Amino acid sequence: MQKRLILDSHILDVTLERLCQHVIENHGNFENSVILGLQPRGIYLADIIKSKLESNLEHDIPLGYLDTTFYRDDFRRRDEPVAANATKVDFLIESKKVIIVDDVLFTGRSVRAAMDAMIAFGRPEKVELLVLVDRKYSRELPIEPDYVGKHVNTIESQKVLVEWEAQGKKENKVWLVTQGNN
Amino acid sequence: MSKLSDKHLLGIKNLTRADIDLIFQTADNFKDVINRPIKKVPSLRDITIANIFFENSTRTRLSFELAEKRLSADVVNFSSSSSSVKKGETLLDTVNNILAMKVDMVVMRHGSPGAPHFLAKHIDANIVNAGDGTHEHPTQALLDTYSIRERLGTVEGKKVAIIGDILHSRVAMSNIFALQKMGAEVMVCGPNTLLPKHIDELGLQVELDVRKALEWCDVANVLRIQLERQQIKYFPSLREYALYYGINKQLLDSLSKQITIMHPGPINRGVELSSDVADSEHAIILDQVENGVAVRMAVLYLLAGIGDITN
Repeated sequence: MQKRLILDSHILDVTLERLCQHVIENHGNFENSVILGLQPRGIYLADIIKSKLESNLEHDIPLGYLDTTFYRDDFRRRDEPVAANATKVDFLIESKKVIIVDDVLFTGRSVRAAMDAMIAFGRPEKVELLVLVDRKYSRELPIEPDYVGKHVNTIESQKVLVEWEAQGKKENKVWLVTQGNN
Repeated sequence: MSKLSDKHLLGIKNLTRADIDLIFQTADNFKDVINRPIKKVPSLRDITIANIFFENSTRTRLSFELAEKRLSADVVNFSSSSSSVKKGETLLDTVNNILAMKVDMVVMRHGSPGAPHFLAKHIDANIVNAGDGTHEHPTQALLDTYSIRERLGTVEGKKVAIIGDILHSRVAMSNIFALQKMGAEVMVCGPNTLLPKHIDELGLQVELDVRKALEWCDVANVLRIQLERQQIKYFPSLREYALYYGINKQLLDSLSKQITIMHPGPINRGVELSSDVADSEHAIILDQVENGVAVRMAVLYLLAGIGDITN
């Protein structure tokens, strides 16, 4: 197994700052916009985006955690059902602009499930997707992100590993992990 | 772990503590789902479930049906009173005929203890026991234990008294297994005639005096007097039972601490529980009903997750 660092903590911080500025360009003062972090791993990124936006805009940004487990399209098609996580959405998203936040975009199936799950909380005016890492050329559905931290070209046996301080890691970092010897 | 150890839910006896923990964690998520404006998820949309009830039931059947519908499963209902069972068809034939119509899961209540175990040996579909005679009623025990966990934060180390007709109660049996697996201390209390012989061998306390039981426990799970199962007289009269074993506000107020009252329903008001107790803040009877749907959703979801549609 090989591990290559693709974003160190400094570059990652710069990237997140850029993503926030880009989001502010499109959403202005966030009067009618909300963030939904996807469980289980997108919530760490969503937390950081929220606090960065709040220090830029100096007011509260509504953030919810969305679990997509019960909306997945691979239920009964894998050895074990995926364990569910908590959904915490304390607001209605009816007529809101929603930014879905996840750490890595791969096949696009989680995002499809997320859009399904999200509809249970109302009909949003507009939905956008923010991801830290976009694994290009591996999409199985016609889903593209609006905000991307970094594009990487990967093959299926590779994995993108995102580590967050909030998870107990030493630093925020993103790795590309290659299985096997090559 | 995110998988149950068995593809059927036949009884609590067959479950491990890890299974029960998994069911509770999943039920937490479903409880959140059923309190949303849209109370439905699409997980079981390609699954058909047959609810086969050979015995009467309102609450359990309704609760299962709601759980199934909120998981988007297709549901067919069957009750023996209006079926070919009356014409002499065997249980296995009845169920095989239903399965031939491509049903994936069977929720069954039957008057004979062991009926779902028998079926599990002969058919492929997942089976959920919704009560088999005086044997087990696993989903009721799961929702009772879940409700205790919700009210008191944990089940571990809590003292639970099961009071009333233990002899005829499948709820009592399943509750004893579930509570013990989750680390609670269990006591049964009732008149001698309504306590099964050798019940003390299950590693629990036996008490004949209801006041002593209430003083001891954190939670009292009060069972219904099952008049329909009593061919002989186990006590002189309902009035006498209510006098010695009925729980009323006065009795609760005289205790040294506040306890939680549970009842699996339907309540015989004025017999095992007086109205002022059943409707008081001590009672979590309606919470039990709400939790029943969430817990049954968790059980159905987790059982369905074991089957692989691509095989």
